[in-house]
Amino acid sequence: MPINYYIFLSIALFAIGIVGVLTRRNAIIIFMCIELMLNAVNLLLVAFSKMHHLKAVAIDAASTAGTDGQLFVFFIMVVAAAEVTVGLAIIVMLYRNIHSVDVNFLNRLKH
Amino acid sequence: MNALIISALLGVVMMFSSFLLKDRSTVRSMAIAGLLLLLVVNVLEMNGVEFFNINTRDMIVFDRFALLFNTIAFLSTLLYLLLSAKEMAKVGVYFADYLALIFFILCGVILVSSFKSLLILFLGIEIISIPLYILTGSDKRNLKSNEAALKYFLLGTFSTGLMLMGIALIYGAQGSFYSVDISKIAGETPSALLIAGMLLLFFSMSFKVSAAPFHFWTPDVYDGAPTVFTSFMATIVKAAVFVAFIRLFDEAFGLLHLQWQLLVAVITALTLFIGNITAVFQQSVKRMLAYSSIAQAGFMMLSLYAMNADAKEGLMLYVAAYSFATIGIFAVLIKMSDYTFEGFNGFAKHQPLLAATTTIFLLSLAGIPLTAGFLSKFYMLKAALGTGKHLWLVIVAVLMAAVSVYYYFRVIQAMYFKEGEGQPMEVSKPFKWTLVVLAALIILLGIFPNILLSWLYF
Repeated sequence: MPINYYIFLSIALFAIGIVGVLTRRNAIIIFMCIELMLNAVNLLLVAFSKMHHLKAVAIDAASTAGTDGQLFVFFIMVVAAAEVTVGLAIIVMLYRNIHSVDVNFLNRLKH
Repeated sequence: MNALIISALLGVVMMFSSFLLKDRSTVRSMAIAGLLLLLVVNVLEMNGVEFFNINTRDMIVFDRFALLFNTIAFLSTLLYLLLSAKEMAKVGVYFADYLALIFFILCGVILVSSFKSLLILFLGIEIISIPLYILTGSDKRNLKSNEAALKYFLLGTFSTGLMLMGIALIYGAQGSFYSVDISKIAGETPSALLIAGMLLLFFSMSFKVSAAPFHFWTPDVYDGAPTVFTSFMATIVKAAVFVAFIRLFDEAFGLLHLQWQLLVAVITALTLFIGNITAVFQQSVKRMLAYSSIAQAGFMMLSLYAMNADAKEGLMLYVAAYSFATIGIFAVLIKMSDYTFEGFNGFAKHQPLLAATTTIFLLSLAGIPLTAGFLSKFYMLKAALGTGKHLWLVIVAVLMAAVSVYYYFRVIQAMYFKEGEGQPMEVSKPFKWTLVVLAALIILLGIFPNILLSWLYF
């Protein structure tokens, strides 16, 4: 499959994530949309990694070019997991205090 | 490498001390001793003594620029802990854990100041951000702190998403995460993927350093977070992200400088304008300092705009001057119960020494001669003039520096020329002496900037 399909799919997923973050008011849903953005990036990185690998293998069959893209994906997964931990903790803390996870509440800070 | 490993170990040690040691003053002394150790091993590394030699495949390279910045960051953190560690204990019961998080943030600071690969940049930024989300929300019963934490978290991860997309697009265009490789091929006609990736990286980094129009989260988060942690966030962390910003655009996109220079100029002017003008209208000193940090970020953006030797020297000096002065002001502010300008009325009569040092910090932030703030602003303007283009930007910067004098002097005026009963404060002797040392450092750097800058070229 040409690389363009992967690029378009990832950008579509990423855009869905961005639209979700900007329009939804529920903290958990916003959170899921951010995860969607990160996973769109993962997909794109793996696709690019394969692309660079195939290109390098055509010249030198023993080449390991492109592996760093897939390594990056593992780092993103680890960091995303750490973020989920902290993020859910913050949302739970908020829920304990106001019994809601609606982000409209955030506008109170502006006085 | 010395400081990176020791700082991570210290973080773990502090974590364990949270349940092994019950005595808070022991924990505090441990943290301060730890920071002294970090400072010493970092200075040793500047002189060529390396304890750890780990092959990072050139993803992390400790050059003079990085080492000097790390020294400044450790020194500021040390002063910060000396001044405010006791106040940290008042935020919540997890005193040792807050200190552990601060050591972990310092790991991130070391990474972002010395990265050569976008992977390390991403990891560093995240290692800085995730503990910061926790510190912002550490005042768990306070709704403002909760709000600030959620807001910071959602916007922070959102901008991380943008940054990752940028990195992925750049990887697609260039096939490597190393800044060297990115810049190599970018010299020819850059592809659309590369440009899109660069723009996304630029926006997400501007977001992290709170440059306008991406600054909207800053005042709320800085205002809502416990003041002790705002002080840390607004100084060391912000400076570190700035160093990463400059390093990224210097090393990876340096050859495309002419293409993005105008964009940076516009963002700089906007940041200076919005930061300074909004700061004028604030009623709370804490919020004013939040806007002033945006305004100061605008000045630091000038070094990104100019990107020459002056700019790099200037950035080091600016980071030191800004961090020292802001840490000092926040240390005094934390001791107060009333954060409005009126709260400072008559302050000079009740606490003459504190008022005098605060005045020096404010003068330095405003850029009055004989303080470090003046010289650092001077270096920035000189660097911007050195490019020989966009003269209007320098004019905007000078005008906005003049505006900033208004809101900094409002505090001085309240302290010295207005009557007030003053606020009850408990101020210890060591606290006063540390403040005096801090003020002396600012004046020293304002007269002999080469003490600091000569370290850049050894």
